[in-house]
Amino acid sequence: MSINLLLFFGLAIVAILSAAGMLFSRNAIYSALFLIINFSTIAVYYLILGAPFIALTQITVYAGAIMVLFLFVIMLLGAEQTGRTPASWWMQPLALGLGALLILEALYLIFTHLHTFPQPSEISSTFGNPVQVGEILFDKYILPFEVISLLLLAAMIGAIVLTKKKMKR
Amino acid sequence: MIPAYYYLALSAILFSMGALGVLIRRNAIIIFMSVELMLNAANLAFVAFARMHGTMSGQIFVFFVMAVAAAEVAVGLALIVAIFEAKQSIDIDQMNSMKG
Repeated sequence: MSINLLLFFGLAIVAILSAAGMLFSRNAIYSALFLIINFSTIAVYYLILGAPFIALTQITVYAGAIMVLFLFVIMLLGAEQTGRTPASWWMQPLALGLGALLILEALYLIFTHLHTFPQPSEISSTFGNPVQVGEILFDKYILPFEVISLLLLAAMIGAIVLTKKKMKR
Repeated sequence: MIPAYYYLALSAILFSMGALGVLIRRNAIIIFMSVELMLNAANLAFVAFARMHGTMSGQIFVFFVMAVAAAEVAVGLALIVAIFEAKQSIDIDQMNSMKG
């Protein structure tokens, strides 16, 4: 087994176990910390796949900013432990069955269509570095980039309006 | 070089686990984190395909997905805070009326 394959499977085990830990932790803070581990392993995958800029964006935006926001809200609300309301007994087994069915279907489709996937192509050593990302982002994708700024502005105003209305009461 | 379908299989597994989290958990914040997990699984597939084709477009799309996810988290967590102030709970079973 080559070192690349070993690295892939080691990281895959970490990613899947941390996702499972996120799902099944009783405490919401543990869930958030498991999710940070998961995001970090995915950032390492991005590095393997020749996307260093995206990998570091993943660390700063996802594992940094977004998860800090999650942890902040969990601690602000004091909602680590949610009271377990009794649901209908058939709900969780049904959900587990449907989730398992989804995984099996996806894996079946992937492994019966192996020949349709592209083979890894040769890439230059500058593939995915910040210079190349910036050149394509501000050339070919300049309009979506500007639209994103409007979206972020709308989200910022929306977040302020949603929380401010409650403060006036 | 690891073939593309390894990454797609991992992406599919992570996406399904996110979907499972949306189904089985009743804490709104955990459901929200599961949605983030699903977005990340999709991003992994994008970057894998960008590598296989040797083009940058997949990576640029991941960049946009991250920006949208950040906006979504800001608004979603503001909504959760507003709901918590109205109901003193973020259990989705309690959210059964349109009016706060």
